[in-house]
Amino acid sequence: MASASAALPQAASRRSSIFGDKVFALVCQAAGIFVLILLGALIIELFIAGLPAFRAFGIAFVTSTDWDPVRELFGAGVSIYGTIVTAILAIIMAVPLAFGVAFFLTELAPPWMRRPVGTAVELLAAVPSIIYGMWGFFVIAPAFAQYVQPFIIDTVGELPLISFLFQGPPFGTGLFTAAFILAVMVLPFIAATMRDVFEQVPQVYKESAYGLGATTWEVMKGVVIPYTRISVVGGIMLGLGRALGETMAVTFVIGNANRISTSLFGPGNTIASLVALEFGESEIGSLKLASLLALGFILFVLSFAVLATSRYLLRSRLKV
Amino acid sequence: MSLAFSSVSHPGPRRDAATAARLGASRKRTDRIIRSLCLAATVIGLVLLASILITLFYRGFEAMSLRVFTHITAPPGSEGGLLNAIVGSLVQSLIGTAIGTPIGMLVGTYLAEYAEDSWLGNAVRFVSDILLSAPSILIGLFVYQILVLPFGGFSGWAGIAALAIIVIPIVVRTTEDMLQLIPNTLREAVVGLGAPKWKMIVLICWRAALAGIITGILLAVARVAGETAPLLFTSLGNNAWSTDLSKPMSSLPVTIYAFAGSPFEDWISLAWAGALLITLGVLGLNILARTLLRSRI
Repeated sequence: MASASAALPQAASRRSSIFGDKVFALVCQAAGIFVLILLGALIIELFIAGLPAFRAFGIAFVTSTDWDPVRELFGAGVSIYGTIVTAILAIIMAVPLAFGVAFFLTELAPPWMRRPVGTAVELLAAVPSIIYGMWGFFVIAPAFAQYVQPFIIDTVGELPLISFLFQGPPFGTGLFTAAFILAVMVLPFIAATMRDVFEQVPQVYKESAYGLGATTWEVMKGVVIPYTRISVVGGIMLGLGRALGETMAVTFVIGNANRISTSLFGPGNTIASLVALEFGESEIGSLKLASLLALGFILFVLSFAVLATSRYLLRSRLKV
Repeated sequence: MSLAFSSVSHPGPRRDAATAARLGASRKRTDRIIRSLCLAATVIGLVLLASILITLFYRGFEAMSLRVFTHITAPPGSEGGLLNAIVGSLVQSLIGTAIGTPIGMLVGTYLAEYAEDSWLGNAVRFVSDILLSAPSILIGLFVYQILVLPFGGFSGWAGIAALAIIVIPIVVRTTEDMLQLIPNTLREAVVGLGAPKWKMIVLICWRAALAGIITGILLAVARVAGETAPLLFTSLGNNAWSTDLSKPMSSLPVTIYAFAGSPFEDWISLAWAGALLITLGVLGLNILARTLLRSRI
């Protein structure tokens, strides 16, 4: 009798703890599934909302360079061009700088300097994009118009073959300035990834190279870069993914014109800047609004592809 | 030249000292040049940060006054401040974080404690990482479609929902990372005492990972406080005083965007004041989060 009454509450408490376990596991899993549904819904909603535009213009929507609200003709060509050109140009500018920063922080800087400098570069990533927009508009664009662009036009712009890239008056705003601001914004992301993967190279490998008489640069070139190559490309893709979808900073400085200019100093737009600017002027149910949402869908596909590639390349780092 | 070549490809007793010295000097020169370039790259990065901060402090302090905190936004020419924008930003960021954090923590817990290498776990991890870097303007468009259109207009709640979606993946990442740092022996000790798994997670693992999780929350607040693009299509902005979350709501970033792009001198200077406020807040939260994490690990 006594043993039975002692066993009973125990069994009850075990039952309740098993029940508690099941509920908690289920709640956690449900939250995970919620995130899956969230992204799925995002894709589907954008696609459905953009469907009228895809229906009206067909596949030509992607290549058409029209953006004429009066005649109701819309195309994504110009903004896709602007998005890709500014993002790639930004990466071209940011990668050498990011590499320099990461190399400096992992191999060259004295230990007391690493943390403060590393933190400062990471803080660059924390500055909100609207601040980059204002800084770009009020500080960088005037400086570019007055000093940088005239200088480039007089030097690189005189070269045959590539001179067409630097034609036109130096307004300060345009694709080139937008790419520069984007480069500053993605620099900390790429630098942080590079620094993290450089630090993962086993010390013994580096020491063996130093032991053979290699210089710091030769260790970098012969040991660290080959060892981390794939992750470095992954970090660059991560930066590219960020640059593709950046909105506010670009809207301030790109000049917002719907035309493809071969000159990098010319104005343009990107998918994100076009959506941000035109959204407020679109009526509910209009073809223009559908076109903007279709642009959003295209931007999602672009950045999804880039981010998924980046994540695949960085998977070895993620597993550590 | 041919002598130099042969001495590299056949190192041995025949190598002459002069060529070796020249080669060594050129290798050292390359090394020095590249080292200086890397130093220069770091200096450029720091100069850019300094340029942003100096501009902000210079233009922001010039425009700063008590009026910024006591008056609401007003038409150009009349004495206006940023009170409604500051309050709107605080309300939306804090409620957004409060909604996103528990979901993010549960997902992070699922990934660290339950998912292991299951396909569902890997899918959730992948999707969460994509959300973390996805363009925030798309989250704005999404919330516009599901909350603004069907419920008849822009509202503070829509803005909060957009910010909460941005918060989730940030909290997921830090929660999972921090839980994974906890040694398994701690878990085994708790389970060995007869505690059910959920008690082990809630009472022991979450507590052990607390500093890290709080860091993640602070970073999430910092991130959403500066978000502009998702709020443009959700809470829209409001030049009147309003704490009604079912109405359009003002926020600092959207107000800065509208004022900085205007032709009015007093609006632009208010935009600088707002920019200084938001940057100080965001960078302050980041530094706080970092010190917190460093002091506990």
